[in-house]
Amino acid sequence: MATIMGVAMGDIVDKTCKQTPDYTLCVTLLRSDPRSSSADTVGLGLILVDKIKELGYETLGQIVMLYKNKLMLRRPLHECNLRYKTIVDVDVHTAIIAIKGNPKFAEGAIVDAGVEASVCEGGFPKGQSPLTSLTQNMIKICDVTRAIVRMLL
Amino acid sequence: MASSDALLPISAREESDLNEETHRRRRPVKGLLAVSLGLLFIAFYVVLVATHDGSNRSNDVKIESDETATTTSRARLAGVSEKSNDKLWKLSGERNTVSFAWNNSVLSWQRTAFHFQPEQNWMNDPNGPLFYKGWYHFFYQYNPNAAVWGDIVWGHAVSKDLIHWVHLPIAMVADQWYDANGVWTGSATFLDDGSLVMLYTGSTDKFVQVQNLAYPEDLNDPLLLKWVKYSGNPVLVPPPGILPKDFRDPTTAWKTSTGKWRITIGSKINKTGISLVYDTTDFKTYEKHDTLLHQVPNTGMWECVDFYPVSKTAVNGLDTSVNGPNVKHIVKASMDDTRFDHYAVGTYFDSNGTWIPDDPSIDVGMSASLRYDYGKFYASKTFYDQNKGRRILWSWIGESDSEAADVQKGWSSLQGIPRTVVLDTKTGKNLVQWPVEEIESLRLSSKQFNMEVGPGSVVPVDVDSAAQLDIEAEFEIKKESLDKILGDASVVAEAEEFSCQKSGGASVRGALGPFGFSVLADKSLSEKTPVYFYVAKGKDSKLKTFFCTDTSRSTFANDVVKPIYGSSVPVLKGEKLTMRILVDHSIVEGFAQGGRTCITSRVYPTKAIYGAAKLFVFNNAIDATVTASFKVWQMNSAFIHPYSEEVVRAISSA
Repeated sequence: MATIMGVAMGDIVDKTCKQTPDYTLCVTLLRSDPRSSSADTVGLGLILVDKIKELGYETLGQIVMLYKNKLMLRRPLHECNLRYKTIVDVDVHTAIIAIKGNPKFAEGAIVDAGVEASVCEGGFPKGQSPLTSLTQNMIKICDVTRAIVRMLL
Repeated sequence: MASSDALLPISAREESDLNEETHRRRRPVKGLLAVSLGLLFIAFYVVLVATHDGSNRSNDVKIESDETATTTSRARLAGVSEKSNDKLWKLSGERNTVSFAWNNSVLSWQRTAFHFQPEQNWMNDPNGPLFYKGWYHFFYQYNPNAAVWGDIVWGHAVSKDLIHWVHLPIAMVADQWYDANGVWTGSATFLDDGSLVMLYTGSTDKFVQVQNLAYPEDLNDPLLLKWVKYSGNPVLVPPPGILPKDFRDPTTAWKTSTGKWRITIGSKINKTGISLVYDTTDFKTYEKHDTLLHQVPNTGMWECVDFYPVSKTAVNGLDTSVNGPNVKHIVKASMDDTRFDHYAVGTYFDSNGTWIPDDPSIDVGMSASLRYDYGKFYASKTFYDQNKGRRILWSWIGESDSEAADVQKGWSSLQGIPRTVVLDTKTGKNLVQWPVEEIESLRLSSKQFNMEVGPGSVVPVDVDSAAQLDIEAEFEIKKESLDKILGDASVVAEAEEFSCQKSGGASVRGALGPFGFSVLADKSLSEKTPVYFYVAKGKDSKLKTFFCTDTSRSTFANDVVKPIYGSSVPVLKGEKLTMRILVDHSIVEGFAQGGRTCITSRVYPTKAIYGAAKLFVFNNAIDATVTASFKVWQMNSAFIHPYSEEVVRAISSA
């Protein structure tokens, strides 16, 4: 019944996402990954860290493209490049290794990912950021991921 | 620090896809391209200058809502400080909205001169501190490969005086199945025959937390370079009812009245923080108590538990095994949920290994319970220094900046200056901490100042360089000011509502404060870190004193956490207000009333650095005048020595 509809009521995804600041986003992200139905909290956290990585790479691709065309925005784009490289290379890596053993360091890395995205966005003059929806998305995903990691503390 | 790139586990080089793109485009038609690029850069520069002109911007209060920052206080409060009628108190204006891009000059200034830190990369918890054969030993959680947490091993250093350190080779690596995923925190215990053992937590190949025994390979080596892990490890695994990831950081052992050794290990059951107790005679086999040392509901996981006696009457430290009628016991834990270290004073019952706090309303881990330090300070650990009869406290001081900056600068984290810890014999209810006296050997020239600081004034303190300072100060609110304010019914009692964190920082003027020092300030005070007292009138006309550090305007950088830290500080009848401040580049440590309330903060100025860093004394009270009498020392570097075989050979034979 509920499972045929693809929405299992009261399962781990539902229960976990209820404890995050954005239930809808959380459920959408997790259910898009087939591993979520049989994952534990660590597994759910890792799925979301994967999403952070994916979005990070997508944004980096955008940055490279924009850098070619938007000459006036090269300075903030360069800073964004540095910040997003930190997200995909450093924050994601730390989060993955820490989430299994010492989750507070994973929390720190995920919070940092949100900050890096925010700093990137803040580097553009008001109203001129071509990355707003990507950075806002990153911030929201980090918020949700952080909430899940905190459940491991 | 360019070579730090090579130390990162995954390439995080700044040279990116971006630069490859531009390189490909620059190769053809250089001449015309150069000219048009040149024009473009000029145009770009003009635009940059126009948007950077901060001083002419409007003074609108601008609060940028920052969705990530909700719980981490990274929301930038771009605001105007409360207007003052004194022209010396500069309005900070609208904050720079453009990201500050870190450069190597600004970043390399951040490295400290006299705080313990490895040559590069990441450090966290202090481990197994001890004194042996003439040397103070310090071990620490270390990542040899990157400036972020991971690949944790035990770093090692020695010193004769807790200040001048020599780095040694790594003491223990993750080379066994029982610590494959991390050689984590632990503590040392001296045995009756003078030898010593180390108990530490290993994160196994399956991420289970277990306790392991290690000991020096050669007790005749005063440098304790090599360590041996007991072949029968692990000696303790998570007991029934305890989850595999809630079992870490064993303490130094103490002798019970039956002659057994006893340790405690922090853990949790659901959301109750607990401390498990084990007895042993040989550190290899243990008996677990059915009862706990202590537990407090809703405090979450207790990390880095510490347990030790303090004298009720004397100012010296006590060996961990001391007990008796003249002794109280401290239980301390690091709260995983909040990243605060909390402690409580109480009574230990040796017969059953339990402890109760003197004041259950401020029990370990409760939000109102006491903290060693109200700033950035975690995973602290004490040891008994039998050399000088002191109990000494080490603490992990993490960064408050972004990982991007840490990776760029190639390092992360410091240790606080070691502090002596004793019970406050005057109040009997709290500890008192003070930087070890050996730090005074770094004092160079000094200047003494005595001045009256009127309400709403900021006075530059002429001390030449201001990034490495030791300041000892005494403040007194002038009697006439105090009498007038206490007698004035229209001055509202605010002691009950005031808090350093919530009351707006150093720019908010009250009747009797804030007053103190602005450290790491540039000459126009556009960046500054005020360390100050705020005296508030209470309902019963009593005064309550608060000690705060306000980092909200410490830097223009917007990827840095900039909280306002602090707490109330007991001031007894007849006491003047005293504060001590250690400034060492990106760390500021403040001590009020001889160390009753302490605040450590990390700051990352972009302008108030090198020769541009200045010191000011200020009084932002509305009406009260304050007299300030203080001495400022220039502090030398501790010249912490990098590891080298020659140095090790030289000091081994010393």
